[in-house]
Amino acid sequence: MALDDLKTSATEGRLSSMTLPDVGCTAEARQDALARVRAMGLPQRRDEYWKWTRPDTFVQTEAPRASLFHMDETPLFDAVDRLKIVFVDGVYSAERSDDLSLEGVQIDRLEDICCTDEHWAEDLYGTLEAAGQVPVERPLAALNTAFAGDGVAIRVTGKVSKPISLMYTHESEVSDVFLHHIIRVETGAELTILENGPAAARFNKCMEIDIADGGTLHHVRAQGRDHERRAVTHMFARLGEESVFKSFTLTANGVLTRNEAVVELTGDNAVVHIAGACVGDGDFHHDDTVFITHKGVNCESRQVFKKVLCNGATGVFQGKILVKQSAQKTDGYQISQSLLLDEDSQFYAKPELEIYADDVACSHGSTSGAIDEDALFYLRARGVPHDMATDLLTLAFLAEALDEIEDEALAADLYTRLEGWLVRRRHG
Amino acid sequence: MLEIKGLKVKLEEEDKQILKGVDLTVEAGKVHAIMGPNGSGKSTLSYVLSGRDGYEVTGGSATLLGDDLLDMETEERAAAGLFLAFQYPVEIPGVGNMTFLRTAVNAQRKARGEEEMSAAEFLKVVRAKAKTLKIDADMLKRPVNVGFSGGEKKRNEILQMAMLEPKMCILDETDSGLDVDAMKLVSEGVNALRDEGRGFLVITHYQRLLDHIKPDVVHIMADGRIVKSGGPELALEVENNGYADILAETA
Repeated sequence: MALDDLKTSATEGRLSSMTLPDVGCTAEARQDALARVRAMGLPQRRDEYWKWTRPDTFVQTEAPRASLFHMDETPLFDAVDRLKIVFVDGVYSAERSDDLSLEGVQIDRLEDICCTDEHWAEDLYGTLEAAGQVPVERPLAALNTAFAGDGVAIRVTGKVSKPISLMYTHESEVSDVFLHHIIRVETGAELTILENGPAAARFNKCMEIDIADGGTLHHVRAQGRDHERRAVTHMFARLGEESVFKSFTLTANGVLTRNEAVVELTGDNAVVHIAGACVGDGDFHHDDTVFITHKGVNCESRQVFKKVLCNGATGVFQGKILVKQSAQKTDGYQISQSLLLDEDSQFYAKPELEIYADDVACSHGSTSGAIDEDALFYLRARGVPHDMATDLLTLAFLAEALDEIEDEALAADLYTRLEGWLVRRRHG
Repeated sequence: MLEIKGLKVKLEEEDKQILKGVDLTVEAGKVHAIMGPNGSGKSTLSYVLSGRDGYEVTGGSATLLGDDLLDMETEERAAAGLFLAFQYPVEIPGVGNMTFLRTAVNAQRKARGEEEMSAAEFLKVVRAKAKTLKIDADMLKRPVNVGFSGGEKKRNEILQMAMLEPKMCILDETDSGLDVDAMKLVSEGVNALRDEGRGFLVITHYQRLLDHIKPDVVHIMADGRIVKSGGPELALEVENNGYADILAETA
């Protein structure tokens, strides 16, 4: 279908200012991705999939300026024994990163993947992203595949003893970054990936995750508290038989965030959990867009998203479970809820189920509401002051999403940080 | 202890007078019971005393140890020593019972300028008190009242009372939803807290609770007023004859 002139000119306008980077052996994948971008056109506000989130600032040529943020707390995951990979404004920093050797895993920069003869990486780069363009187009992900300047290729072959921690720092007010990571978890292998930090003034990140039979990947991400940053992220995951992928994202602040997760359960008995908790005060727009396709038999998928919004903050949830005819015994669950702390905040939700198999259990729910006045009174009647009681109930609301994090210490740390955020919100 | 004078209360949202001049004094060390037909204003009295929204005080006063209760926030009333055992304890998903108890105990202590209880000390005390109320470790760990049976919820209320050691306890139909055994257990919990320095106001429909928690004074409330007060025998009279006789003689 031909694109309308407006979309074509906006897309070509953006592309004209960019050049395809020559990184590793990804040249062909980048050409293909560029062709996809041209065919789809970059998103516009009129696009159905962008109905509630304005894509303009992701599409425009110049990244809007984002002032730097000074952290007033210990960086997240500092207490965790991990292997650090640091990107400063989207560029790998060998100086700040740990040595990349770790038993059970091969880590390379994208630009090195040819040197190491990593055919798996060449095969994976852009592949899941391309597959994830159907039935819904995600042109910003294709743009990422074409133009990503840096990233890592991680191949997991064993049970890795400590998490790999991708740390992003944002040191330039105008940084405009495309990062692309590819992860392949081999049969029976197991890894935890941590991600934190805002990365850039404008950040476009894509992660392709291929999990072979019996592989396990845990992913815990915090998106950084920089108020003015904008981020669009995509996770494309393909799960083999009896594999497990559990991903949790915490988002506090950020003027604009769109996190897309596109998961395909291809093997039987695979499990995927995608969860997120976000808290936004004021100029905050957060969008979780999830698309889970069940193909294998007896697979489980869970989506748990909680949003706390106040002072005009906006939350969006678009979540879909597509159950193909082959996917009998599917167990799908989806819940998206928002807690609106005042009357100025907004939550838009579009839960979707599309089921072609006849023996499945799928449930979904979406709610939007205020603090429970009865619970608030009960707490106060026991002597808990109003503000403390409100925070306690707010954290309790977020708890269901945090419970999705397997590592209890990490979950406890994130909980404490959310508590801090709530207190600062009131006193800041 | 608790002194209520000419208390008049209407609903905030509609022009409906619920309490039409309640006079009641509960002395330290005493147990007062309030009985009365449905809609007489018993529960409203407990809510107004604890500061629930939706009611407007149009006259009179209520003081706890001389301090004006009606001028305080709900949490301040609690810290001052007022405790309301709810007729319908609220379920709070996501908040562990233990966290809830400790937050409440320490918030009250902080409000009174007292030292907060350490985690270890708290655990020791709560375990001992929970045991006498047959509240197991699982109930302490679960979210507040979530999935609790009627009896468990009421025992949980008494546990909170035992932990908070209030000066003035109001029990709003604590017997509702309890079987005989649970009522006995809850009553024992309440009786264990009877003390020279503590006052009780027990709101109930039925005499049977008062078999276990023996009142010093019984009040009959009707149409927003205390219409008759007397000794424990008044409760028996209600049990045998209903409210009709009393209401007829006071009308």
